[in-house]
Amino acid sequence: MRGGVCSIRALAPVLLPRWLCGPRACPAHLHGSVRFLSTDSVSAALPARARVVICGGGIVGTSVAYHLAKLGWTEIVLLEQGRLGAGTTRFCAGIVSVAKPLSVESKMADYSIALYERLEEETGVKTGFVRSGSLCLAQNQDRLLSLKRLASRLKVLGVSCNVIKPKDVARLHPLVNIHDLVGALHLPGDSVVSPPDVNHALAVASAAHGVQIYEHTSVNHVVVKKGHVTAVETDRGSIECEYFVNCAGQWAYELGQSGEVKVSVPLHGCEHFYLLTKPLSEPVQNDSPVLIDMDGRIYARAWHGGILSGGFEKNPKPIFTEGRNQLEIQNMQEDWDHFEPMLSALLRRMPGLESCEIQQLVNCPESFTPDMRCLMGETPGIYGYFVLVGMNSSGLSFAGGAGKYLAEWITYGYPSASVWPLDIKRFGNLQSSRTFLRHRVMEVMPLLYELKVPRWDFQTGRQLRTSPLYDRLDTQGARWMEKHGFERAKYFVPAGKDLLALDQSKTFYKPDWFDIVGAEVKCCKEAVCVIDMSSFTKFELTSAGDQALQLLQRLCANDLDVPVGHIVHTGMLNQRGGYENDCSVVRLSKNSFFIISPTDQQVHCWSWIKKHMPSDPQLHLEDVSWKYTALNLIGPRAMDVLSELSYVSMTPEHFPSLFCKEMSVGYANGIRVMSMTHTGEPGFMLYIPIEYALHVYNEVMSVGQKYGIRNAGYYALRSLRIEKFFAFWGQDLDSFTTPLECGREFRVKFDKDTDFLGRDALLRQRVEGVSRRFVMLVLEDHDTELDVWPWWGEPIYRNGELIGVTTSSAYSYTLQRHVCLGFLSPTNTDGSPAAVTADFINRGDYEVDIAGQKFPAKAKLYPFSSLFAQQKRRKDDMELSNFQSK
Amino acid sequence: MAATSQVFRVIRGRRFGRILVPAITCQNCSRSPHPCISATQPHSFEQRWRHQVRGYRTSPAWHTYYLTPPQVNSILKANEYSFKVPEFDGKNLSSVMGFDSNQLPANAPIEDRRSASTCLQTRGMLYGVFDGHAGCACAQALTERLFYYIAVSLLPHETLMELENAVESGRPLHPILQWHKHPNDYFSKEASRLYFSSLRTYWQELLDLSVPGEQPDVAEALVSAFKRLDSDISLEAQVGDPNAFLHYWVLRVAFSGATACVAHVDGNELHIANTGDCRAVLGVQEPDGSFSALTLTNDHNAQNESEMKRVRSEHPLSEAKSVVKQDRLLGLLMPFRAFGDVKFKWSIELQHRVLESGPDQLHENEHAKFIPPNYHTPPYLTAEPEVTRHHLRPQDRFLVLGSDGLWETLHRQEVVRIVGEHLTGVHQQQPVSVGGYKVTLGQMQGLLQERKARISSTFEDQNAATHLIRHAVGNNEFGMVDHERLSKMLSLPEELARMYRDDITIIIVQFNPHVISGQ
Repeated sequence: MRGGVCSIRALAPVLLPRWLCGPRACPAHLHGSVRFLSTDSVSAALPARARVVICGGGIVGTSVAYHLAKLGWTEIVLLEQGRLGAGTTRFCAGIVSVAKPLSVESKMADYSIALYERLEEETGVKTGFVRSGSLCLAQNQDRLLSLKRLASRLKVLGVSCNVIKPKDVARLHPLVNIHDLVGALHLPGDSVVSPPDVNHALAVASAAHGVQIYEHTSVNHVVVKKGHVTAVETDRGSIECEYFVNCAGQWAYELGQSGEVKVSVPLHGCEHFYLLTKPLSEPVQNDSPVLIDMDGRIYARAWHGGILSGGFEKNPKPIFTEGRNQLEIQNMQEDWDHFEPMLSALLRRMPGLESCEIQQLVNCPESFTPDMRCLMGETPGIYGYFVLVGMNSSGLSFAGGAGKYLAEWITYGYPSASVWPLDIKRFGNLQSSRTFLRHRVMEVMPLLYELKVPRWDFQTGRQLRTSPLYDRLDTQGARWMEKHGFERAKYFVPAGKDLLALDQSKTFYKPDWFDIVGAEVKCCKEAVCVIDMSSFTKFELTSAGDQALQLLQRLCANDLDVPVGHIVHTGMLNQRGGYENDCSVVRLSKNSFFIISPTDQQVHCWSWIKKHMPSDPQLHLEDVSWKYTALNLIGPRAMDVLSELSYVSMTPEHFPSLFCKEMSVGYANGIRVMSMTHTGEPGFMLYIPIEYALHVYNEVMSVGQKYGIRNAGYYALRSLRIEKFFAFWGQDLDSFTTPLECGREFRVKFDKDTDFLGRDALLRQRVEGVSRRFVMLVLEDHDTELDVWPWWGEPIYRNGELIGVTTSSAYSYTLQRHVCLGFLSPTNTDGSPAAVTADFINRGDYEVDIAGQKFPAKAKLYPFSSLFAQQKRRKDDMELSNFQSK
Repeated sequence: MAATSQVFRVIRGRRFGRILVPAITCQNCSRSPHPCISATQPHSFEQRWRHQVRGYRTSPAWHTYYLTPPQVNSILKANEYSFKVPEFDGKNLSSVMGFDSNQLPANAPIEDRRSASTCLQTRGMLYGVFDGHAGCACAQALTERLFYYIAVSLLPHETLMELENAVESGRPLHPILQWHKHPNDYFSKEASRLYFSSLRTYWQELLDLSVPGEQPDVAEALVSAFKRLDSDISLEAQVGDPNAFLHYWVLRVAFSGATACVAHVDGNELHIANTGDCRAVLGVQEPDGSFSALTLTNDHNAQNESEMKRVRSEHPLSEAKSVVKQDRLLGLLMPFRAFGDVKFKWSIELQHRVLESGPDQLHENEHAKFIPPNYHTPPYLTAEPEVTRHHLRPQDRFLVLGSDGLWETLHRQEVVRIVGEHLTGVHQQQPVSVGGYKVTLGQMQGLLQERKARISSTFEDQNAATHLIRHAVGNNEFGMVDHERLSKMLSLPEELARMYRDDITIIIVQFNPHVISGQ
């Protein structure tokens, strides 16, 4: 390892000592204001109290400190157990790229680049910043397609990028072998830096703003009292504080588990290898673009005249499963045999390197999360405990932007962009098993460079939560996907029909299940289908008096003071009027409510309600998700099936829409039957206590036989819902979307005098008009057989100008066209948001850009109600139940 | 058994079964005259085999027997067994890292047996291969009994006393052996009581003979155990058993035969006790990394001059010509030492008496009734082993125990090379380190790909014994495994298999050089 240290020094001349002893080296404005306590001053006592304590002096921790300080915070203490930037940061490759799978991630990376660029000027610390640009190479057409999709997404963000031909690659990077390439994406804005120097610069800048940095201080645990962070216990004494930020990287899981109140931080380490070479005979230029060859699973950048190249292998080596382990740290050595595939890929890409000498093979563990996205935000249940970890080896790219978002989050209570996909509350305790994490990260790490096609699913860590009907459905051909650990059927493969093997079915075009889902949709329209929707989050809120109603009236935008047995679709809004949750609430009795939320809302919604719940012993919230199996009977014959099973008439006259009754189904009594389907089709949801699930399912299936009943899956559900223009939370709706922006004004109790969260913001917006509008786009002239299918994140053009982005899409078997849902957010010529009116929307020619190809589309504000069978329904019945996780 | 199979037994000459029964041969000669039968100096097996292969290629039926690599693997791996010994078990360091064993049948049922166990009341491990002939009964009895006899012989007086007291007072016994058995290695239940009472008589005698405080000598213990078990087998057959099945069984054991090669490893001390023509070969790693073979046993057969001398010296001069004929004992038996085979040990009168009083099944057994020609001064055969002691050195990496089915197909040097390369490839491939050397990416890639290729070829067989069998059966003239050949050899019909190969049983014991050098 000695050689490693030396070479890293070479990579990163450690400026710390020079900076400490020579104030001349510092920019003038840092004088005097710096309290930077390094190794040499171990004796310096920790302060007794602070406002914010940040644990972790890597790039992420320093970035959070920097941004907090910039936002005017004082009394920030940053603790590092070793030396600043001595962990993963020191070893990371130093590539900052905006080529990330999510737009919000690209946005963070884009900000990081801008931050790192100005850091040198701001602090005087050399950061090694070079805007080298990067080249994402494609060895096959599918990869090129995914790069084109990325390119159109980046254009929306205003990031410049070009899809280029192989010969342009050769021009930009002469060392590259282009014979097996079909194209590439050139991102001129991408950069390389020296990570330890950036880390150091951020520390210097933070210190200049008054952040107190203590090295060689490790956090033992965080003290939590009454659900609030009160202090941090370190090996050098305790610090009282209001906020704690866990930026402990690899060790964040253990740190979360160390306290009395456990915080689950689902991440796991994997060893990561990269190669350093000696300078080439003709040294590689500093500003040669970074190469990202995902098909070869490698990346490469110029490094001191040589090359730095690493990759994400197919067979990663997980590490630290049992926590920090000295033995594993010692054994963490170069593993050339393991690196062989990547070395071969590198030499295939750059054959000229064959004669180049090896400097070193570096092994630096990176931490990975169960879904390839970082963990950010306030932990559920503990106020003031924030987390920013799990960078999935893009720490440097994300640190700047993520640090900024987190600092805003701590300051204002929410970040300036929607970060739900990164919110730690998307996970709960259920993702905290070490075995689960170990298995999952072994899939996640290779997945980083794997080709991701629409609707891919994780293969590992499955069958954790299942419905009691799982085996029954599985034997009937169910194909499964996973949401929040819960197995949900995608569709049912009929007996005798074979689908392609997993690898072969990867496509951006028409998938092999097209006809299967089509048949399920048809059955939903004409007869009746059963969909097991047990994965929904289900809460029960009860109180002795009217506390439950009062709480819900305050939390929900819609009026909950309805007769017993009514179902209300409502959003739970934040102060800005944005959706924190979208749910259906059933008034079971005067003072008890049944709340149905999307599957992945289990943790977030719980903590949102808890946060606003007065501590009243007579008010009780219970998570009953596990108690009920939910069966969705969709279709015109659903009422026949149910009435035969219950001897009760289920016609709309007897059982109006959006109504809930407890009744018997078959032998089972006490089944909650609700007249809604989450699709806009007629039918019922049955909430069945789990011990009756199999019985009810069997009865429904056997009675339904004569009505042509069959199983259906979530793909059919999605197709039905999207063609009915139903937005769903987590995909279309987020905490920045208001009901007015998605045409749900009718679900807000403006007419009532009750105050609710977000009311003021909505009233203001009603006066000012909305500047974004949720629309439905029906693709014209799109060949389902031959054209690339839309997914989500496609740019929308109006009269040739970029105006919005799609958020979800599905093929409508009824319209026989693709339907995309998305937001239009037009701007005035000066760049300020312009108001959207119905007229504006109707008078435009729209196009949707799918992988660089523009398809004309018709924009609609309302669904094609006339095309559907149930024309008599009132408009707001049409848009009945609409939340749905993707 | 098909006529041709017998013919080929003749052709194979050396491997003409263990016991030549003229009656059977004649029968076959008359049925299927084959030019080779009359040949006193038959072609070498190899030539004959090739000739036959050529012949078979013309038959389309042969081609349908072509096995795929996974099928070949499942046949080869059906009996493989591996055991890893923890370096430190809490009490002692183990000089044995573990062992791999496997066997491939040619007879149906297989007549080879193997055993491996850890001595629980003393230190050390025991390994044995047993090659049965004229049935598997004797070899089966050896796997079940011999290690107990050895373990008991190794016990000091005090432990024997404890043992006897425990049995006397009906207390549970501390186990003497821990067996490491493949699921296919069975023990018979029926005879266990009989075996136990014989064993107990033995330790009672040992108790009388031994002196408190004295540690038995391993070599002596091995000799004593071998001889005692053989005499017990003989006695049990003479006494018989009221239970008809058991009576028949003890006779089958006594009238069949088996050779045995047993290794006892305790720390740096390696003892090999050998009776017959199984063989133990030590794999020694030379300073240059190559492996050389050190044979630790002498075959007890006609090729061994001192054995010839011994056998002749034990009988009157008048028998000098008849006692070994055509390289066989009394013209019949290939190994000159063996367990069982009472036909070569008992007087004619005793044989007649036992057979007459024996169960009816025995009367139908031609082989049992047949008295060897020139049978004048029995016993002609002994089970007394030749014991070799070897002090293990750090360069002694592994020990190969094999039945003669292995040694007649592969030269011992070849065996040691194959095993050595396999073990180093699988277990001792040092991680690559650049260190301070100048290495280019191209050189490194070449090195890594070579290593990968080596691993993937050995990876097919995690078990060194399986790997060795693959080579023993499938090697072509260049010493490389030829899949086509392997497939043909393994897809031979049961009745043909024995012509081309014998049962192969292999145990490979791997030593821990770090422990050995430390002692």
